[in-house]
Amino acid sequence: MIVSFRLNGKEATFPVGHPASLLDVLRADLGAAGAKNACEQGECGSCSVLLDGVLVCSCLVMAADVEGSEVATVEGVNPADSSLHPVQQAMDDAGAVQCGFCTPGIVVAAADLFDHNPHPSQAEIKEALAGNICRCTGYGAILRAFEQLAGRDAP
Amino acid sequence: MTTRTRQTTEVTGGIGQSTARPDSGPKLRGEFQYAQDLTADGMLWAATVRSPHARARIVSIDIAPALAIDGVHAVLTQDDVPGRAMFGLEHPDQPVLANGEVRFWGEPVAVVAADDEDTARRAAAAVVVDYEELEPLVDSEEADARDEVFRRMRIRRGDQDARGSVVVEGFYEVGMQDQAPLGTEAGLAVPDGEGGVDLYATSQFVHVDQEQVVASLGLRPDQVRAHPVGIGGAFGSREDVNLHIHLCMLALYTGRPVKMVYHRAESFTGHVHRHPARMWYRHEADELGNLVRVEARLVLDGGAYASTTAAVLANACYFSVGPYRCPSVAIDGVGARTNNPPCGAMRGFGAVQVCFAHESQMDRLADELEMDPLELRRINALATGDFVPTTGQLITTPLPVLEVIDSLEAMPLLVDEPGADPLELPGGTGLTTERSDVVRGVGYAVSIKNLGFSEGFDDYAQARVRLTEEGAIVETAAIEVGQGLVTVLAQIARSSLGVSRAQVRHMDTSRIDSAGSTSASRQTQLSGGATHQAATQLRQRIVDRYGGDHLDDAGVWRGNELVASIAEVTRETWAETVTFRHPATERPDENGQGTIHADLAVAAHRAVVDVDPELGMVRVVRVDTAQDVGRALNPEAIRGQIEGGIMQGVGLAIMEELVVEQGKMRNATFTDYLLPTVLDAPSVEALLIEQDGSWGPFGAKGVGEPPTISSTPAVVAAIRAATGRPLTRVPVRPQDIALDDAL
Repeated sequence: MIVSFRLNGKEATFPVGHPASLLDVLRADLGAAGAKNACEQGECGSCSVLLDGVLVCSCLVMAADVEGSEVATVEGVNPADSSLHPVQQAMDDAGAVQCGFCTPGIVVAAADLFDHNPHPSQAEIKEALAGNICRCTGYGAILRAFEQLAGRDAP
Repeated sequence: MTTRTRQTTEVTGGIGQSTARPDSGPKLRGEFQYAQDLTADGMLWAATVRSPHARARIVSIDIAPALAIDGVHAVLTQDDVPGRAMFGLEHPDQPVLANGEVRFWGEPVAVVAADDEDTARRAAAAVVVDYEELEPLVDSEEADARDEVFRRMRIRRGDQDARGSVVVEGFYEVGMQDQAPLGTEAGLAVPDGEGGVDLYATSQFVHVDQEQVVASLGLRPDQVRAHPVGIGGAFGSREDVNLHIHLCMLALYTGRPVKMVYHRAESFTGHVHRHPARMWYRHEADELGNLVRVEARLVLDGGAYASTTAAVLANACYFSVGPYRCPSVAIDGVGARTNNPPCGAMRGFGAVQVCFAHESQMDRLADELEMDPLELRRINALATGDFVPTTGQLITTPLPVLEVIDSLEAMPLLVDEPGADPLELPGGTGLTTERSDVVRGVGYAVSIKNLGFSEGFDDYAQARVRLTEEGAIVETAAIEVGQGLVTVLAQIARSSLGVSRAQVRHMDTSRIDSAGSTSASRQTQLSGGATHQAATQLRQRIVDRYGGDHLDDAGVWRGNELVASIAEVTRETWAETVTFRHPATERPDENGQGTIHADLAVAAHRAVVDVDPELGMVRVVRVDTAQDVGRALNPEAIRGQIEGGIMQGVGLAIMEELVVEQGKMRNATFTDYLLPTVLDAPSVEALLIEQDGSWGPFGAKGVGEPPTISSTPAVVAAIRAATGRPLTRVPVRPQDIALDDAL
């Protein structure tokens, strides 16, 4: 069975031979290694992607189910040049990256938050990131990054 | 003569500045390559067969069903290990693959290599192992009674008949915490076609991995090269070998590159954990609160194999009194050998367990004396020129115990009253707690820990600094685990050499000598020390070569005259290699006495918690800290260490525990092993206490571990203040607070 879908705006296909997750296929078959596997259970958010515009853990999505869908990963958040998306820039400026393993998932979740809500409150930022575990930073720099981004363009 | 002027200000990106990480861009874009992301042409995937028993005799292993699966290339057992077949960070007591008996749940029994990951895992499941179950030894005190121990420690100092007029006793327990780095164990081994192998695997110490692969597989040292790779966190879990030897065996056997990545459940069994501890304490003081005598008995459960239990136990004993003067001390410690999961290094390394106990004792003593708990700590505070109460070591480096206590107390207590928003209440959106049921508490704790390796270990780090047309290049085998080694070594090179362009280049074990382990808060001081010395010597050589007196981005200067441009200078090859050693330490004598430690660091924490006493729910509102850092080389990176370390300390205080029953883990998943999320994160304010005098570069001290040590007892003290419960065990569970029989 060949599955066709759109990955970061481009046509993509892959064969499904065994019960693979979307995360497995992204990483192993489609070279989109930005999404990380850390728990296989949808607990840590390291594999976060947008599936038809909805934030999901790609480890919990059966690969075969994305037929005809639109999937956006961290690679789709990245600007075409080597620059950074505003949420990425905010994290860089705040020193919010340490080991970086949770970072792509947080970038995807935060980009989704700011797309829908350009000026989130601190509570809204926390709620949006509650599904992303970071073991290094204690979340302080991550919160500072997004609080600053939320306020920067505030009217 | 040039019209430009020589740089007189501190070089851009030098020490003291919060320079950005060089790897944050690739990490933010998902382009940074971790061990999990490595591939090679013709690569096979490996998987591990693990013991389902805590202790059993292996009657037989039938690999035929696995080999019969299409795409399986190898199934190897202990009989296939060609060399010493045993490994271990301090003592080689662990079989590469189980030899006749499995001694813990999850112990590797066989490894397989196959065309893809799915096939490898199916093949691992198809290996038939016939076990005869044996009674596991799972109680650390029973192990002590049976003399199943890795090490016993005995410390005696001062008049053993000294007695105080005020006495408090207590028994304390610490559960098994997991490092839970987000990146699981992963690696790739590539055979070189001449009998050797290149290993790219998660690690905190590539040179010791290389030594263990060489010994276990009977190879020559030059046949194995261990390469630093991208790592998703560590916190102590990557000091020990796990998949490294297996990967190299399979690569050499099959003649193909072999990759393995542990799943999360495997990761929980595949690395060592923080030692569970049982601790009996007796503190005696005079009526003014001066400590007169401390007695303690410490039992740490080392699990099935040695790992670093001997060193963790020693650390627990050495820091069992905390950062306080005490003239009479008697400490007995044991690292027990059981059939529980092996324990070893985790951030704080023995100091975490005893800090929970000694700080709980200090609060009890203050209560007994009707004294302010901080005042009690203040009158007993250790300082430079004092003797460490356990070892008798004279403290010669700065030790600002009083300063961290006073600074912390002076910090404003910035807390709002809890609001009605469920996110701000204990239990969160579970909506279990009413605002009116919430009680607030405040608690304090202070900690002390050694920096670098102790007890006479020859602790050193090599670094090479080059000056090229690309700027300064620091070559090192030290491991970046996320802490910011790549930032701070470049900063040190810039300030020491005088040029603003600098980068860190990771070297494999064949290209540079050891940097030692990325642990014990040691790399800023050790690899930083080597970088500082190499860059300083290189700068002198370059300046002398051109008869100048100053080097900066423009080149070499004599007074205000540029005598050689940087382009001219870098047409020559400039490199300086330095092996840096910290002040020598010594083994303890029969009473645990001696110059055991190279340097010490202290920290103090203040926690504010909201508790629903009826439901036992806790929310940690904020944790403030003052920390002894020597000299802050990168304030933002230090803040990152402090906030992350505090979060792990909060985790141990109220939620993180690997539950082990009869030797078997019951919660080896992220669903069941609870890790703090952003909703659990307290606000943190941190004061960095800087004092000159440490031997680290520019006076820097290691900063990684202290945040994790006293944050745990500070949180528990705050919960006690809110509830009046004794709370002698961490993590504190809801029933410890809410149920009457906890009293």
